[in-house]
Amino acid sequence: MTKHEADFIVVGGGVVGASIAYGLLSRGLTVNLLDEGDDAFRAARGNFGLVWVQGKGSNSAAYARWTVQAAARWQGFSSALAALTGIDVQLQQRGGLHMCLDDSELAQRDDELKGIASTIGEPYPYEMLDRKAIQHLVPSVGPDVVGGSFCPMDGHANPLRLLKALHAAVHLLGGAHTPGHRVEMIEYRNGAYELTTPHARFRAPRIVLAAGLGNRQLAPMVGMRAPVEPIRGQVLVCERALPFLDLPTLHVRQTGDGGIQIGDSKEDVGFDDGTSLEQMSQIAARAVRCFPDIANLNVVRAWGALRVMTGDGLPIYEESSDQPGAFVVSCHSGITLAATHTEVLVHWLCGNPKPDLIAGFNTERFDVQAH
Amino acid sequence: MFKLIESDASQQRCICEIFVDGKPSRAMVGEPLAAALLKANCVPMRHTPVNGAPRAPFCMMGVCFECLVEVDGTPNVQACATPVREGMHVRLIHGARSIGQFGEAGQ
Repeated sequence: MTKHEADFIVVGGGVVGASIAYGLLSRGLTVNLLDEGDDAFRAARGNFGLVWVQGKGSNSAAYARWTVQAAARWQGFSSALAALTGIDVQLQQRGGLHMCLDDSELAQRDDELKGIASTIGEPYPYEMLDRKAIQHLVPSVGPDVVGGSFCPMDGHANPLRLLKALHAAVHLLGGAHTPGHRVEMIEYRNGAYELTTPHARFRAPRIVLAAGLGNRQLAPMVGMRAPVEPIRGQVLVCERALPFLDLPTLHVRQTGDGGIQIGDSKEDVGFDDGTSLEQMSQIAARAVRCFPDIANLNVVRAWGALRVMTGDGLPIYEESSDQPGAFVVSCHSGITLAATHTEVLVHWLCGNPKPDLIAGFNTERFDVQAH
Repeated sequence: MFKLIESDASQQRCICEIFVDGKPSRAMVGEPLAAALLKANCVPMRHTPVNGAPRAPFCMMGVCFECLVEVDGTPNVQACATPVREGMHVRLIHGARSIGQFGEAGQ
């Protein structure tokens, strides 16, 4: 068994873990990014790729603001990544649309966004659009769409290119990336954490657990918990076509390469990341109502992936109170938040005070007694 | 460049006429369209939508999706999995297909 030393060990090589590793390395710290093998549940390889603000944080003004901050940082984040790695993550952030297919959906959407705008405590740029206004933005919209919402901060990127760019950045900044190491034991010994995998032992004074659903098992090893559950989403991908959709929508987007990605479902089916005909037909049917012209396209791929969800949908950013230097980071929306994880979150991980905005994102909030 | 291996089965097939980018071409009823197009020297058969690289049929068994052509107005049909019919209109596609009225097919 060998021992590898670094300032930080980040457990989890997905977008969340790699964003944090990239941020730490940018500050001159040494990092070892540990990852499992390809048999792990990998949200970072199955997600939809939206950089998305509208609708997030209806139950938490802090989360709405955290999301707005992240979206505002995305342009700079992707430019810096491209400058370092030469990889263009195909960010397009000219706004995004949410389509509503009947009046009650539209009214509900209006209420939801009004609610966020009234509690967020800062400007919340969005607009409710009628059918005509949507048609003006997206001429390919179908007759069933009665209206929708538009947020100018929304956009999308290629999530696989993002993951590749983050890994390239970790490599270029001298970080170690160690895949194929599933952490089985964490012990605190002589002022540092020792992480044991089937093949080796790794040692660092500070560790960040960013292993998605894997945090459920890892957090208790440092006296913490990560009550996250898998919520499956299914995604369809159509063959590449000429540009027909200038803006991403919550459920249909055209990628930088011309492919059309269609999502998504929300299913509580445990650790099953497969697909089902029933969900896929529902997903396709809704997409075709929004954009009838895609009905003739061939679907070339489909998959399921597991979201990492807390009960209230908000992140967990927590340092162990018993064992300082051990952090748990669990969240959904790792793409949108990547831009702020790399900077603001990493600033805190480096020993600075936890920003007020995210102070409440710890597990104490789950301890409220039920009446 | 490509020619048919003579066999009993091939001799029993009827010759017909198909149209490739408007030009008449001889083919055999029921043979894979990709084979007919190879015999008609349609190589490269298409250019990819991503970087315009030239492509031709590779697997001839429905797996590689490199033999996509437009058949009677339907884009991105796998030519290897499409039997030849009399009077078929085939168009070679270069770049991405269009969706409905939005965007014209790239040439």
